[in-house]
Amino acid sequence: MSKILVKDKDIVVPGEILAEGMDNLPGTGTYREGENIHAGQLGLVSINGRAIKLISLSGVYQPKVDDTIIGKVIDVTMFGWRLDTNCAYSAMLSMKEASSDFIPKGADLNKYFSLGEYVVCKITQVTSQKLVDISAKGPGLHKLRGGRVIKVNTNKVPRIIGKQGSMVSMIKQATGCKIIVGQNGLVWLEGEPKSELITVRAIKKIEDESHLSGLTDRVKVFLEKETGTKLESNSR
Amino acid sequence: MTYNKRDDGRKFDDMRKIEAKVGVIDRADGSAMFKFGNTWAYAAVYGPRNLFPRFLQDPQKGILRCNYNMMPFSSSSERVRPGGSRRSKEISMVTEKALLPVLNLDEYPNSVVDVFIELPQTEAGSRTAGINAAAMALADAGLIMKDMVSSVSVGKVDDKLVVDLDYAEEAWPEGDVADTPVAIMANSGKVTLLQMDGIISKDELKELVKLAKKACQKIYEIQKKALKDKYKVEKNE
Amino acid sequence: MNEGLKDHIKLLLKSDTRLDGRKALEYRKPVKVEYGFTKTAEGSALVTIGKTIVSCGVKVEVGKPYPDRLDEGTIMVGAELLPLSNPDFESGPPRIEAIELARIVDRAIRESKAIDFKKLCIKEGEKVWVLIIDVCPLNDDGNLKDAASLAALAALKDFKFPKYDEKTETISFKEKTTKKLDLGNKDPLDVTVVKIGDSFIVDPDYEEEKVIEARLTVGSTKDGKLCALQKGGDYPLTEEDISKMVEIGIEKAKELRGAL
Repeated sequence: MSKILVKDKDIVVPGEILAEGMDNLPGTGTYREGENIHAGQLGLVSINGRAIKLISLSGVYQPKVDDTIIGKVIDVTMFGWRLDTNCAYSAMLSMKEASSDFIPKGADLNKYFSLGEYVVCKITQVTSQKLVDISAKGPGLHKLRGGRVIKVNTNKVPRIIGKQGSMVSMIKQATGCKIIVGQNGLVWLEGEPKSELITVRAIKKIEDESHLSGLTDRVKVFLEKETGTKLESNSR
Repeated sequence: MTYNKRDDGRKFDDMRKIEAKVGVIDRADGSAMFKFGNTWAYAAVYGPRNLFPRFLQDPQKGILRCNYNMMPFSSSSERVRPGGSRRSKEISMVTEKALLPVLNLDEYPNSVVDVFIELPQTEAGSRTAGINAAAMALADAGLIMKDMVSSVSVGKVDDKLVVDLDYAEEAWPEGDVADTPVAIMANSGKVTLLQMDGIISKDELKELVKLAKKACQKIYEIQKKALKDKYKVEKNE
Repeated sequence: MNEGLKDHIKLLLKSDTRLDGRKALEYRKPVKVEYGFTKTAEGSALVTIGKTIVSCGVKVEVGKPYPDRLDEGTIMVGAELLPLSNPDFESGPPRIEAIELARIVDRAIRESKAIDFKKLCIKEGEKVWVLIIDVCPLNDDGNLKDAASLAALAALKDFKFPKYDEKTETISFKEKTTKKLDLGNKDPLDVTVVKIGDSFIVDPDYEEEKVIEARLTVGSTKDGKLCALQKGGDYPLTEEDISKMVEIGIEKAKELRGAL
């Protein structure tokens, strides 16, 4: 008989047996060996019917096509820019993909993006060798000016954004800060010094407590206390 | 003269007091600490990350690089000269071989996973403490890992088979000593580290590996708990 | 390369705020000193400043004195920037930053005359104690210099001489005596004061270290006297800057001594 040995939201370590028997389906982060399903990494158990998968709690960002990320320009070449993406693989932004405006040949590319600047961009291609192409052409994709950039655990990005952006919207509403969250674990924010600080602490709180239940309410209470604003209740 | 009693009163198959903690080095992608009695190892994992120089890159998969180092004040006798030694280079290599079988680095071509092991205090069993810490640190770093690795030194002091040799036993002056560091994949029971200094029979080796497996099961439970405990912390506002 | 970060930090400093909400002249919390953190050293300490963690161990040797100081022992300070502590550190021979760190820590202790080297003499002209102080960061979140200086001083306070057999000329490391070092109540400590734009800050974290324009590491003793100075950074300092930074350095060292 098949048997699931763990509960939803359990934390499991590599190799741990999650289920016995052939009836269950090994999802991401797990693997089948013989009759058992094992954990293939450290993770949080997520059971959906007969499928068991693991949600990563840690780990460096892995670039994926269509992800919106924040990159930092580390090289300006003749044909474009190279950006650090906060992972093992840097990304290429070609002249063609830099802007909806036409960039003529021989133009000084520094005028568009220069060393050290941050850009919100979209990943357009990832080869098997992990060569990454990005584009800064399109709605919401542009150079970032002012503000500050912090690094967060890339695995917590979904919780920082929230369902349909509900979590990050709540923070924006309470602190008045502009916030852009990159899938690669970089977050840009801008506002009054005090508000920026509260935003950073709220995001840190989400990172630290994302695996515990009741996160949204706890963040809401924190924000209301720190900023003195009353937030509307979120409908789930 | 036979070996009848261990200095610290342990039974022959008892290990020294073990302490393990995960997430001790904030800047690392994964980190852990592991103690066998007075032998204490820190491990930090950085990666997968960019690998320089280029010629070391493997286009098919990431590489694992382990660096074992004793801190200058870690020896109970003279200061250890910084810069490593032939011994530490060899330990770095066998540590890498002990950990590689559980990792799948296919997802990280051209990159490196760096494991740094540093020991502030050594009193025998340092490479095994290092491997135990490194395995936890690799898991903490979120790497694709099919099993945990647990490691312990077993051996023979005079006529007794023992587990987790301490400093006095390694250097036992009154007879023969065999020292056998072993590392085992926790769930599959496969051996990833096996070294031996000394003279033993084939049968004794079989016995020793059995003893090591039993001890490693206990170590695995401690490593598991340390990993899970990191996430148990409830933050109070 | 970090112009945006520098501009933002300068903006915040206008309201005496930093990236983590501290005031310009505030140290991170906690500042903790743990004595005797490793049993194998003759003296050791672990210092925490915020998230920066630095360990220090003191080992002894018995050696020949220098020909021009036949009745004096000495100290040697080493620093290893362990790759474990910072993704930017690599294993290999010591970088110049490690060498500078060691020499800065050495200077404050040596020049303050906290240790009477004559008291380290065993047999004039032949045998003296040599104290080897090794500093190893475990987590580098910025300001290794101050943490290292505090760790070295604490390790020296923790130090106990091992037994030395004069006849066989061997040190019995496992047998410690109760004899400690007389540090003369000097408590030398380094405080690094940093200039960014027109503002001075202390205890830079690793983000702030990226945009330092100039720094002055101020070594001082308990009675407020200066015993060591080291200027770093690419930008120059005015006399007024130096005056202000020295004052801050001496003041902050008094605060740090509270953690001992």
